[in-house]
Amino acid sequence: MAKITFDGIEIEVPDGTTIMNAARTVGGSIVPPAMCYYTPLKGSGGKCRACLVKVTAGSTKDPRPMPKLVPSCITSVQDGMVVENTVNQQVLDVRKGIVEMLLINHPLDCPVCDQAGECDLQNFAFEHGVSTTRYTEERRTFDKIDIGPLIQLHMTRCILCYRCVYTANQVAGDRVHGVLGRGDAAEIGTYIENIIDQDFSGNVIDVCPVGALTDKTWRFKQRVWFTKPVNAHRDCPKCSGNVLLWYKGKDVLRITARKDEYGEVKEWICNECRFEKKETSDWTIEGPAHIDRSSVISANHYELPVLNHSVVADLPESTQRELEKNPPLKLGS
Amino acid sequence: MGRKLLTEHINVEGIDTFEVYRKHGGYRSVEKALKTMTPDEVVEEVKKSGLRGRGGAGFPTGLKWSFLAKPEGVPRHLVCNADESEPGTFKDRHLMSKLPHLLIEGMITSSYALGANTSYIYIRGELLYVLRILEKAISEAYANGFLGKNILGSGYDLDLHVHPGGGAYICGEETALLESLEGKRGNPRNKPPFPAVQGLYARPTVVNNVESIAAVVPIVNDGGDEYAKLGVGKSTGTKLFSACGHLNKPGIYEIELGVPVEEFIYSDEYCGGIWKGRELKAVVAGGSSVPILPKELILKTAAGENRLMTYESLSDGGFVTGTMLGSGGFIAMDETTCIVRNTWSFSRFYHHESCGQCSPCREGTGWMEKVLHRLEHGHGHMEDIDLLVSVAKQIEGNTICPLGEAAAWPVAAAVRHFRDEFEWHVTHAKEAARPGAVYPSKAVLA
Repeated sequence: MAKITFDGIEIEVPDGTTIMNAARTVGGSIVPPAMCYYTPLKGSGGKCRACLVKVTAGSTKDPRPMPKLVPSCITSVQDGMVVENTVNQQVLDVRKGIVEMLLINHPLDCPVCDQAGECDLQNFAFEHGVSTTRYTEERRTFDKIDIGPLIQLHMTRCILCYRCVYTANQVAGDRVHGVLGRGDAAEIGTYIENIIDQDFSGNVIDVCPVGALTDKTWRFKQRVWFTKPVNAHRDCPKCSGNVLLWYKGKDVLRITARKDEYGEVKEWICNECRFEKKETSDWTIEGPAHIDRSSVISANHYELPVLNHSVVADLPESTQRELEKNPPLKLGS
Repeated sequence: MGRKLLTEHINVEGIDTFEVYRKHGGYRSVEKALKTMTPDEVVEEVKKSGLRGRGGAGFPTGLKWSFLAKPEGVPRHLVCNADESEPGTFKDRHLMSKLPHLLIEGMITSSYALGANTSYIYIRGELLYVLRILEKAISEAYANGFLGKNILGSGYDLDLHVHPGGGAYICGEETALLESLEGKRGNPRNKPPFPAVQGLYARPTVVNNVESIAAVVPIVNDGGDEYAKLGVGKSTGTKLFSACGHLNKPGIYEIELGVPVEEFIYSDEYCGGIWKGRELKAVVAGGSSVPILPKELILKTAAGENRLMTYESLSDGGFVTGTMLGSGGFIAMDETTCIVRNTWSFSRFYHHESCGQCSPCREGTGWMEKVLHRLEHGHGHMEDIDLLVSVAKQIEGNTICPLGEAAAWPVAAAVRHFRDEFEWHVTHAKEAARPGAVYPSKAVLA
């Protein structure tokens, strides 16, 4: 076990845990933002530099501070390590710079982007960025590419987090796509416009932190905050079958995997569940899914009816915690 | 001219063949090391010599070797970094094309010291003709029993491979080089783990520059103490400098570290002064990635002492008034050089060569290039100058590998030392945008 001090909070975690995961055991606003790191994907992290933190003491054995800021997602904790995140001005300034860098070539077409409302980059920029830009040059653009009948790649929005590359390699099986080119001309590509059609390839949509990979069965159907996520499952021979159905009225507009509070997929789902089973009758409904109160998706207060604890048994733990922290408004008050 | 350790016989007819090289004392270090020394003794000699990495960072080679992890039953590797692609640096190409056997001799001796049985030379893809020369030399070494099984009857085996890169600057970064050598996309790895623990194929690996490995030959031949007598202080031995730019005699010079910069530029023994009788304006002392210095600061340090061609003297004053020795790419610029155009040119290179893996470098290098392009072509604003400094600062230190810094330093230094010239490009935009326009010296402006 290693004991570290993170933003003044003492955390004890097993050896080999990364600083990021140590912070996640506490949770809340001290957790460094992650744009490329994705726990279920081996090898991810260290690329976006959004999670850089200051290590003011390396370990009990060697208490010297680390000379540079370190990426918290891939740096392991050492016993006696002292880490500063939100309390260090240098870290916050650098993070502001990272937001700026990620946005200079981003089209900022949120008003027409399907990811808007559940976009990691939007949240990251909102929390850590500034509202103006110093960039006046032309932004890089790419053509939209259909990779198969179900997924569209809109490279202009991509921040090159490599998550989809790792997903394609590790989850979907055969490696058919990777990064071509280099520098700001680098792009996600399927070699000679191959089609991605493996059983689990749809998961690249879920891991994409921005709107670069989108579900073609859902594109432009609805803004996410007008849809209602509902937990559901079915007996699926290929995957766990635990999904989120996104309803608008009676229609299932979209199906995604369930994600945890850090936006990471809990269980990968197969393409059949994701793209083909869009009838309520295909599913066993479990109940409304919890949406973080800070999320724009909860703006329509769809959660209000379930706030009476006795109505829904077994509320997820995260919901219970959230309810304790922010007592719900009483209906009609 | 001082003593030459590496290039003494470089102009001998046929020195690239095994026979002629052997006749001029070649492969003595292999015989000495394999027959009379243990591997640890060789490492000890290199440590004593004080040899510092010749690839740019200047990290002591002996120390680097001693960090190599040696787990039981796991093979170790030595990789020679011959992916020399920094603008202004062309010493390794010269050394390898003229003296291929010197590198091979160094590789054998160094591999023996590190206990590596398979070693690699990763050569820049554009240097295809050098690759052919090396391959020919390696087959000669195999034929004469200096490579392969049981070298010189010592029981030590070594296989040496040359591997050409695809022509990416980033593959000169050691971990990107290893990725590329493994057959993957040349993206730098996050460190730790360092290559000394997990390098090529996740085995302990040492990556050294061509010149560092070549320098092991005279160190083993004459002893580390003898080598350490050359040079000044912690900058021991000789170093190859590739001098280019507006000099009377550009070329590759092997000099004993410690020669004053002024002597190197103006003495007839070396570069022979600035061409066409012009004045020196600025110098980039160690390849395009090190900070540029104006004439006053490159000849004398801020304290008024003579600047010497050593690691310490060139970096005297930090980045405020100093620079770095880097890889030895010595670029001299005369008074007709436009610093803004030159900085734009460097910046364009780094924009083109950024691997695109981490965001500050991927986006920042392009941004700086575009701003510099605008300034140079007469569309700049006064705020752009501070913007450049700010973007450079946002990149520096926040990237996975040193390419971010290499891109940020020249820009920040150019603005630091030549701010008036950048401002002139804004205030006299039309004039500055003319092809061949030159910033008039301060005297003319006054």
